[in-house]
Amino acid sequence: MASPIEQFQIKPIIPVLNFTNSSLFMVGATALIVGGLLYATRKRAMVPGRAQSVAEGLHDFVANTLTDATGKEGMKFFPLVFSLFMFVLTANLLGMIPGFFTVTSHIIVTFALAMLVIGTVVIYGFLKHGTHFLGLFVPSGVPGWLLPFIVVIEIISFLSRPISLSLRLFANMLAGHIALKVFAGFVVSLLAAGGALTILAPLPLLMAVALMALEFLVAALQAYVFTVLTCIYLNDALHPGH
Amino acid sequence: MAQAQTTHAATEAPGGAHEDIGFPPFETETYGGQLLWLAITFAALYFLLSRLVLPRLSGIIETRRETIARDLDEAAAMKTRAEEAGTAYEKALAEAKGQAQRLAQETRSKLAAESDAKRKALEADLGQRLAESETTIAAKKTEAMSHVRAIAQETTMAIVERLSGQAPSPKAVEAALDQSKL
Repeated sequence: MASPIEQFQIKPIIPVLNFTNSSLFMVGATALIVGGLLYATRKRAMVPGRAQSVAEGLHDFVANTLTDATGKEGMKFFPLVFSLFMFVLTANLLGMIPGFFTVTSHIIVTFALAMLVIGTVVIYGFLKHGTHFLGLFVPSGVPGWLLPFIVVIEIISFLSRPISLSLRLFANMLAGHIALKVFAGFVVSLLAAGGALTILAPLPLLMAVALMALEFLVAALQAYVFTVLTCIYLNDALHPGH
Repeated sequence: MAQAQTTHAATEAPGGAHEDIGFPPFETETYGGQLLWLAITFAALYFLLSRLVLPRLSGIIETRRETIARDLDEAAAMKTRAEEAGTAYEKALAEAKGQAQRLAQETRSKLAAESDAKRKALEADLGQRLAESETTIAAKKTEAMSHVRAIAQETTMAIVERLSGQAPSPKAVEAALDQSKL
């Protein structure tokens, strides 16, 4: 029987281009998002149909999340935030299909996305506010003797953001898929064991079904969490003052 | 956990020897390829979404919002117009009612005045004719009274002639009439 972590293996498809199963699902997710949204909005209907309602719902959902955290001026980051949300959500949900590769179960992918967010925050923060952006690390109303410690803590907290952002998504996707595989593996093992153990086989199957539902929730929720945190970090770039 | 596996060791080992498979997320030699394709696909996604999909989506939503706002404005304007028309109608109605009442009042008073004048003229006419009649009656009466003496004289002479067979002298009759103050 295959190992629970075999599903995370990167397998080359076109070695010359470094095109792997991971690349395939990245391309697939991109094509699915763009194609799906274009298909859904092809009629540009005043009264939306089902597909267009979903597309508009996604648009409004991300737009509301962004403006709630950053205000109206945050909408200049809307294409970035929407792309991130759709990419992570689609990659997570594609990974839920048995046999499909989960792009976001690799730390390097989630870390790259997190660095994209933090990089945007830092570059935009300095371009927009100059050195005033450093005020992010100096909360107002703190006693003078406490300030050095607070600044150090603020800097550490800022530096840990890309790590926590990427680890959260990576670990959730990884752990969920491993757990699913383990319980599914139990079903096969119990069936193969024969005798009384075969009768017990449905139990881990039920567990796998329940986990599957939970993993769908986690897939959507982690995409949302990633998006919300992105919005909160972008708010720091827009309004560095505490 | 075995770290830093070489690629050939990462292929599945037979017999469930899990230790032979590295932990794929930590296999650093795959990072380059993943980053390359993530950059390509995410850049493509960002470009296509920001240039093509999102303008279309927000266009649809904005158009709908504008249409609804315009329709609501139009509806409000129409409601105002309808209310204005209603007020104008009521005003016109009140004016017409007032005019009708005034006209009726005028007609009534005109007719009343006319009939009053007619009645007065009639009354005056009647009064005049009454007075004329009374004058005529008085004249006739006086005239009649002036004939009473002659009639009495003739009657007396006729009665006396029949009774005595002899006509009395007009003088005696005149004296007798004077005596009875006729």
